[in-house]
Amino acid sequence: MAMAWIWTGMVAVSVIFGLINGTIGAVGTAALEGASAAVQLCISMGGVICLWTGVMEVMERGGLSEKLSRLLRPVLSRLFPNSAGNEEAMEAVSSNVSANLLGLGNAATPMGIRAAAAMRTGTEANNDLCTLVVMNTASIQLIPATVAGVRAAAGAANPFDILPAVWITSIASVTAGLLAAKLFSRIWKRS
Amino acid sequence: MSNIFDLVIPALILGVSVFALYKKVDVYTAITDGAAKGLRVVIKIFPALVGLLTAVYMFQASGAMDALSDFFAPALETIGIPKELASLIFIRPISGSGALAVGSEIITEYGVDSLIGVTAAVMLGSTETTFYTVAVYFGAVGIRKTRWAIPAALCADFVGFFVAALTVRLLFFS
Repeated sequence: MAMAWIWTGMVAVSVIFGLINGTIGAVGTAALEGASAAVQLCISMGGVICLWTGVMEVMERGGLSEKLSRLLRPVLSRLFPNSAGNEEAMEAVSSNVSANLLGLGNAATPMGIRAAAAMRTGTEANNDLCTLVVMNTASIQLIPATVAGVRAAAGAANPFDILPAVWITSIASVTAGLLAAKLFSRIWKRS
Repeated sequence: MSNIFDLVIPALILGVSVFALYKKVDVYTAITDGAAKGLRVVIKIFPALVGLLTAVYMFQASGAMDALSDFFAPALETIGIPKELASLIFIRPISGSGALAVGSEIITEYGVDSLIGVTAAVMLGSTETTFYTVAVYFGAVGIRKTRWAIPAALCADFVGFFVAALTVRLLFFS
């Protein structure tokens, strides 16, 4: 329902501003332009998205995401101290993180939920569960294919030249999230 | 801009294919099966984009988006974020397709290779739909008290927006 409010709110604010600013004619034209822009965007970014899901499929069938997940496991045990001994939780977390890194969104969420179910200790989120969710709310995708698709659709000289900036930003954001998680877990005592 | 990063995509496609072929995977069928999955993703987000781009274009044409940017300009520009990205920052944690719609509108409006356009792309590519993710995870396993998960996740988002603006300025426009 949240989106219903946001959508209606945006339209209502647009009409009110259009009437006040005398731009209501442009608002009407823009509505139609927006709808056809959606078609153009989907068609032009579709190619990049399909190519990338194709490459991801090859990675998965070649066993690369499994390899990556085994590689990540020792690092992740330190991030989830209370679940480090929990075989099922750790296996699911490493698959979740490796799928996120490779951009396999469809595989990441079920794995993450399996990890969450294995870490759960009651109806209140424990520290490991919070860390898991924080990690999943910060994007750690290596190749942001959708954004590259949008950039390709807009005629970028090189749609992927944003990669270094995306990586630096992702690392900073995930680190901030994990540090905040550690800090809050100390000061936010269980009630 | 030609550098080592230009190599990432071609090398990755080649490396993955050669490795999978070595593992006796039918690489070409995997590519086409994967592309078919990608098409389903595109078809799934298409209706949302029609709805959202309509609203976003109306919002922009009415002058409301500029008003929003101007309102938050002092706060955003103090920390080095272009004010034109205000609406993207607001919608990013709430709706993934909404952020895609706002982001692509900004990229078209200000130019894909402009400071604002590149920053918008980096913000889109390095942050997630925070509230949606929290709802999915905690909803799926029946957690009612989320404790500090949302504040910590929003810290990550905020640092992401700030660092995106900073790195784009330093890497591409200095």
